[in-house]
Amino acid sequence: MRNGPTWFNVTSLVLGFAFLYLPIVLLVIFSFNESRLVTVWGGFSTKWYVEMLRNDQLIDAFWVTIKVAFLSASVATVLGTMAALVLVRSGRFAGRSLFSGMIFAPLVMPEVILGLSLLLLFVSMDQARGFWTVMLAHTTFAMCYVAVVVQSRLVGFDKSIEEAAEDLGCPPVRTFFLVTLPIILPGVIAGWMLAFTLSLDDLVIASFTTGPGATTLPMKIYSQVRLGVTPEINAVCTVLVGFVTIGVIAASLATKRQHLQRERDERAAIANAD
Amino acid sequence: MAKKAIGPVRRSFAPWEDPSAVPFIEFRNVTKRFGDFTAVNNLSLKIFEREFFALLGGSGCGKTTMMRMLAGFETPTQGQVLLAGQDLSGVPPYRRPVNMMFQSYALFPHMSVEANIAFGLKQDKMGKADIEARVAEMLRLTKLEPFAKRKPHQLSGGQRQRVALARSLAKRPKVLLLDEPLGALDRKLREETQFELMDLQEELKMTFLVVTHDQEEAMTMADRIAVMDAGEIVQVATPPEIYEAPNSRFVADFIGDVNMIEAKVIETSEDGTRLQAASADFVIQTTSETTARPGDTVWYAIRPEKVRLVAGDTSPSNINAAAAVVWDIAYLGDVSIFNARINETDVLRSTVTNATRLVERPITWDDRVILSWDQDAGVILTK
Repeated sequence: MRNGPTWFNVTSLVLGFAFLYLPIVLLVIFSFNESRLVTVWGGFSTKWYVEMLRNDQLIDAFWVTIKVAFLSASVATVLGTMAALVLVRSGRFAGRSLFSGMIFAPLVMPEVILGLSLLLLFVSMDQARGFWTVMLAHTTFAMCYVAVVVQSRLVGFDKSIEEAAEDLGCPPVRTFFLVTLPIILPGVIAGWMLAFTLSLDDLVIASFTTGPGATTLPMKIYSQVRLGVTPEINAVCTVLVGFVTIGVIAASLATKRQHLQRERDERAAIANAD
Repeated sequence: MAKKAIGPVRRSFAPWEDPSAVPFIEFRNVTKRFGDFTAVNNLSLKIFEREFFALLGGSGCGKTTMMRMLAGFETPTQGQVLLAGQDLSGVPPYRRPVNMMFQSYALFPHMSVEANIAFGLKQDKMGKADIEARVAEMLRLTKLEPFAKRKPHQLSGGQRQRVALARSLAKRPKVLLLDEPLGALDRKLREETQFELMDLQEELKMTFLVVTHDQEEAMTMADRIAVMDAGEIVQVATPPEIYEAPNSRFVADFIGDVNMIEAKVIETSEDGTRLQAASADFVIQTTSETTARPGDTVWYAIRPEKVRLVAGDTSPSNINAAAAVVWDIAYLGDVSIFNARINETDVLRSTVTNATRLVERPITWDDRVILSWDQDAGVILTK
């Protein structure tokens, strides 16, 4: 067996990555385009970034998006963690597998259907649509993702750690906050971040459930693009891509370092064993 | 039973022989069922203050369920568990004056060694200075001072075990429950820790209840052992009694090594009982007491170290002596184990101390030997 790169490996690698990243690279490059025409290169400029910052509508949409994402991610984390705890912990109760199946359903449900059903619900409740309805809608679907992430963390949890806390005089609720939560925290944080990003880039459900005065950034971008793509939109998207990239890299670096540190500690402990 | 020959090791401490002694822990007709499975079946047990008590049995015998019912993690289906005369039913685990050392140690992974030990004390709203003093004392007692600031994953297995012990001792519970406390340690460390635990128990004057499947562990540490099988207690006795006077084939077989000889009772008299071995031509004369009557089929249990082995073709008598052929020899250093065939299928085992450094064995494979034993060497078992 040869271990070096073959022409086949190199080609598939280049093709694969080009397929994934070429559109994004083009978007970033054209955000620095001097020309107003998106497809014609007119020299380097950062003027569209300045333009973007002056656009109050865009800035407003950005803040709405951040607020919706932050609130819905937080509420979804609480609800999703509770759901995961019940599904993993409460042993066998009637309909347990039905419930654990149902928690996965919204993950595969078409967004259009989810959005439409939420819209119908809000209409029948005679609820004025706007910021809060978008927030609730995002909470609804993000909760399932959180539940799945936290569940995977809870499955490997040694329940005797909680019993030890109770045995030492700690009532159940306090045990949850002092012992269980700190241990599953990485899963909870991962769930929150997932919920946050999902809410950040959702267009379909937000379009269904929003009302006047609550336009999220993806909705704003989409509606502007329909009038014609401007380099300004490219600039906004580049900023978003930058945020996400930095976030992902930071998160993976942090976990990797933590992991390495832990391995080093464990080796040291074995070496120093008396 | 041949009780006169054997007494408790610590004669000064034997509250279970005093009929007026009040038990500290009492299981009263306790039954625990999980669905169709009966883990503990109508079981009663008394444990006394400052006793080191061991529940011994194979996996699934109900020993861990007993301990978990005492800690409050399981509720008895029927019956009561009492501690110092008080019924514990309805008292949640966090209000019971017992602490448990878990088999998996169950250390809090996000807390340092110090914080682990202090956890229980903080729940009692103890003063800060008192907590620090107690933690320092526990660290000293378990020789963990250099590791106080470390997290559990930075410790070796033996150190983790000591943290778990320190944490469960920190609150000075009336009863300490130990679930397979030494299971995860290697042999040498296990032996050291056994003695450390015994010293600790004497020093702290607590009641220890240990659950184990390791008979050596139970024999070494406990004042009394309860041997359990299928949710029931087979025998409760001191280690020497359990070993020398087992009350059933199960106990004899479970604790140590034993030769089990099927025999028929010939006669019973003042001097003892005479048995005819079922599968070979020898007679057993024993002082072991029994309720069996002539004609009954019984089992004679005799430990290998009580079987003497000498080279020879024929024995002057066939009473307490059997002719055999050496079939297998296992050299273990301190002792050698001889398996000798008394007929085509049955083997008797004899353990011989290697008192000399002789490497050449005077008795070797296929040698004809005579196995013999004393009148009080074994016991008659009927169940």
